Amino acid sequence: MLDLSQYSSIGAALREAMQAFAGEVCLIEADRERENHRLTYREFAERAAALAKALQNGGFGAGGRASIIMTNQSKWLISAYAIFYCGGVLVPLDYKLTAEQQWQLLRHSGASVLITEYAIWRQLAAVAEGRAACRDLRLVLVTEAPAKVELAGALRWEEFRGDGAPAFVARERADMACIVYSSGTGGQPKGCMMTHENYLAQCVALTSLYPFWPGVRYLSILPTNHAIDFMVGFFGPFVCGAAVVHLRTLRPEFVREAFAKYKITYVSLVPLVLKNLQKGLQARFAELSAGKRRVFDWLVAVNKALTKSRARPWLSRRLLPQVHSAFGGELLTIIVGGAFTEPQTLQFFYDLGIPVANGYGLTEAGTAITVNDLRPFRADTVGKPLPGMEVRIVNADSAGIGEVYVRSKTVMAGYLNEPELTANTIVDGWLRTGDLGHFDAQGHLHLAGRKKNMIVTEEGKNIYPEDIEGAFESLPVKELCVFAADYIWPRGSMVGEQLVLVVHLEAGQNFTEELRRQIVERNNRLLNYKRVHGLVLVAEDFPRNASQKILREKLREHLAALERASAVQPL
Amino acid sequence: MARTLEQTTQEVLELAAGHFKVAPGTLAAGDDFFRKLGINSLQALELLSRLENHFSIELPDYEMQGVSDFQTLAERIQSRL
Repeated sequence: MLDLSQYSSIGAALREAMQAFAGEVCLIEADRERENHRLTYREFAERAAALAKALQNGGFGAGGRASIIMTNQSKWLISAYAIFYCGGVLVPLDYKLTAEQQWQLLRHSGASVLITEYAIWRQLAAVAEGRAACRDLRLVLVTEAPAKVELAGALRWEEFRGDGAPAFVARERADMACIVYSSGTGGQPKGCMMTHENYLAQCVALTSLYPFWPGVRYLSILPTNHAIDFMVGFFGPFVCGAAVVHLRTLRPEFVREAFAKYKITYVSLVPLVLKNLQKGLQARFAELSAGKRRVFDWLVAVNKALTKSRARPWLSRRLLPQVHSAFGGELLTIIVGGAFTEPQTLQFFYDLGIPVANGYGLTEAGTAITVNDLRPFRADTVGKPLPGMEVRIVNADSAGIGEVYVRSKTVMAGYLNEPELTANTIVDGWLRTGDLGHFDAQGHLHLAGRKKNMIVTEEGKNIYPEDIEGAFESLPVKELCVFAADYIWPRGSMVGEQLVLVVHLEAGQNFTEELRRQIVERNNRLLNYKRVHGLVLVAEDFPRNASQKILREKLREHLAALERASAVQPL
Repeated sequence: MARTLEQTTQEVLELAAGHFKVAPGTLAAGDDFFRKLGINSLQALELLSRLENHFSIELPDYEMQGVSDFQTLAERIQSRL
């Protein structure tokens, strides 16, 4: 691994990696059973240089902002390196957002360059007003556009190449490297301004626990715009000379094949996918004959006993070869992130000899705050603070549970264009996470719910109740709002979080079956993970301020006085 | 004989209804399949695989980005038949 203390920016570290590991494979891109590319660091650098040169010819340089909206593929990483090489600021956006949302964030970020895929560009170009409002945007590059199609002013990525060597543009550690959007409320984008220092410090901390080296293969499944994959599916492996494997399809059958075909060492997953894997394995175990099942259970018990104090992957592979061969036989660790994972799922995999590195973090903190170090494995916690992270519990109650505050070199510089929000979030250098937790005697952090009105789904999606209210706006009732049920009635858990719709009827109005039907109908129009699961009827006016904004905190206090079980009607 | 877009759309709706076990006729071309069926992204991929087998074509995931209604799905299939 490179000594990252020697570099002042992501671009400088990556440039050194291109030379230090020139002959190693850095990137494999496959589409189903076909392999599209297999690039060495040298080849990767050559492709990025041609793009960087063309960007520079077009006037893109230090501090310029360039957005990438792409699925995981080689051109994502090549483009990102080219942007950093030019001293630019990368704005990675979620390809799963709607075109309207993407335009909103593009405008907010001030991006002058957009690099995207043809299918995504088709959706974006159809929203003419979005583009018109994006005044800073001067250049759009589109990958994989079919020949002869009209590109609505965009240029083809594959043809956008400059001749000659681009000039490397140095950046300082304190300069902004990326603007990463975490979910905002009420249409207010929250652009986390991440510095080069943030990434360099995070990379040192993470690789001290989960190292990469030449020959390691990381399967990149989580979207690279997500902070986790950007670190462990790009920057981390690249500065260690390891390789990243991209699949252009995420169909389970091809993902399964990829583990064995590419001898995958690490993979990151969201809890939903991990649980699906667990169910699939359990179904296979259930099909074993009684005799085979007894032998299998015994081997699992032996593995469990032998790995109690630490993981022993070589031993586990010998004891349970069928299980491990399904994961390619080289898998060291599954990294799980994006949402809270149930301890029983973590334990299930560990007992099979497949450690799952769970942790806790948020974009604002530079991704991971705590990570399980597997010494020994603990399924019941989110691990200990990473090296360099100061974590404290503020306003703890009698059980030691309070809000988690973090201070480290990995904490963002602030929210773009939101000084007030930044001042409320980072106080005296400490990041207020809005999550509740406590430390145990071994220094492991246990999470115990949230102080903020939000939920995180198993797919790793942050849902803010205010954003759901629009779906119910036209209901014939006096007023309504949506809450995270646990925000009103804390359960001390982050599993199975749900939203509730709070409704205040007009004077004399009855709650009818027709009204219920209308609520259900509107609810069903929402994506499944955004749906409310319960209804709370209240008889009093919502507390509001002078500008008629709901005073949610006051309303929450009022609702908290009710008993959850009797107050919430299931929908 | 080549299928018309209407035929393709109808087959997509029938296959989706069958796969997710909803009553035939409850799905319409303009429906958003995530919302109407309450499915997640993994289940949507299952549907794509099912459609690929039925129509004997390949539907790359990345070309289906942003497609969430049956009508557009059917159009993308039709262009590959």
